[in-house]
Amino acid sequence: MTQSTVTPLLSVRDLTKKYGPRIGCADVDFDLYAGEVMGIVGESGSGKSTLLNCLAGHLPPDSGEVLFDTREAGLRDTVQMSEPERRMLSRTDWAFVHQHARDGLRMGVSAGGNVGERLMAVGARHYGDIRGAAVDWLGRVEIAEDRIDDRPTAFSGGMQQRLQIARNLVTGPRLVFMDEPTGGLDVSVQARLLDLVRGLVREMGLSAIIVTHDLAVVRLLADRLMVMKDGHVVESGLTDQVLDDPQHGYTQLLVSSVLQV
Amino acid sequence: MIEVDAAAKSFTLHNQGGTVIPVMQDASLRVAPGECVALTGASGAGKSTLMRMIYGNYLTQSGRIIVGQTNVAQAAPREVLAMRRDVLGYVSQFLRVVPRVATRDVVAEPLRAVGVSRDEAFQQAEELLARLNVPRPLWDLSPTTFSGGEQQRVNIARGFVYTYPALLLDEPTASLDATNRETVLSLIEEAKTRGCAIVGIFHDEAARSRVCDREVDVSVFTPVAA
Repeated sequence: MTQSTVTPLLSVRDLTKKYGPRIGCADVDFDLYAGEVMGIVGESGSGKSTLLNCLAGHLPPDSGEVLFDTREAGLRDTVQMSEPERRMLSRTDWAFVHQHARDGLRMGVSAGGNVGERLMAVGARHYGDIRGAAVDWLGRVEIAEDRIDDRPTAFSGGMQQRLQIARNLVTGPRLVFMDEPTGGLDVSVQARLLDLVRGLVREMGLSAIIVTHDLAVVRLLADRLMVMKDGHVVESGLTDQVLDDPQHGYTQLLVSSVLQV
Repeated sequence: MIEVDAAAKSFTLHNQGGTVIPVMQDASLRVAPGECVALTGASGAGKSTLMRMIYGNYLTQSGRIIVGQTNVAQAAPREVLAMRRDVLGYVSQFLRVVPRVATRDVVAEPLRAVGVSRDEAFQQAEELLARLNVPRPLWDLSPTTFSGGEQQRVNIARGFVYTYPALLLDEPTASLDATNRETVLSLIEEAKTRGCAIVGIFHDEAARSRVCDREVDVSVFTPVAA
């Protein structure tokens, strides 16, 4: 098994984003393969959310390439794509799970409508099919069927987050971007969400990029880890290798600062 | 099957004045299929370090560590992941699992990862849990709240449920009663019979002399303090 025989799902080259003279993220390079989950950790302001937003097409990078293995044409630079093409990608093969569920949900629309809307955006028109898919997905994220007509405003934070995941995954994406998906949730709810995400990754063969500052979350969810500081990737590797044998001073500090429970 | 050749490792502590601590030097070891090699040496000699280097959660600075077709010392993360999925199992002393996941799923996971169907994986997981005397009512519960001995047996079940061609065992019989110890030793013997190459740490001398073909004293790989 050599590097060259398999095309990466996502290939990022020299990605840089500056805010005026300040560095958002700089010279980021990595390949992500199908079925892999990559964690990005670093403290607030380290550039991890900037990077995620550049990868997902929410922010235009200043330079660099974000190559995605499209179904139609193989590797294509999503930075150079037209806006409609990129939007289509973000509705089909990509998904983005926001830290705050309300940023990723339509709060005035029912739970079923939130899930169905994404299907309609890719052309589904049959009401029965859409409703059936919505029920199926609400079940998979453990939301009872009788809540399908309730609005997300009537849901708890954990339920909103699970609904957001259902809305994102209903179209069968291949790559999911997650920004602090468990941030702000109770630990018991976090555990449930971690279990859910891990199960979905396994069943659907998803690839995911998860930004978090929680090292326990990446240890359980991510195969690989990138550590960011001041906009630069200071270390990357297998998750347990980076956490058990950190090479960079900053990572050593990060790992040794975690409270043991 | 497992081939360690002149492997070396040191730790650099950047937050303590960049102190460099050499921990392994010129480590060499060969384990053939069906063979079990015990790592020996005093506490701190580097037994666990060498195991982690073989598993790839410790980086190796120089030398080669070949497991199956993979040179762990230089492999890309996804090659190490593939090796851990298909070739090399690891029974550590600690059980790390996603909270809330049932014991049955935890044990079945290595089989699910290589594409075994859910029913088949569950059946094999249950057989092994029963053999290791993990009480049936616990199978639906997360092992996070289990006793030390129960967690240890869940860990062992997870390591033996799939027929890995190579295994790393870190104190597999520690904290087990006589009956379960016997079961674990039989599992190790069966694995050897089917051609599994094993590297183990056994403080239990009787267990070591029963299942191990050779001993390697890792203290000879400990760098002499400069």
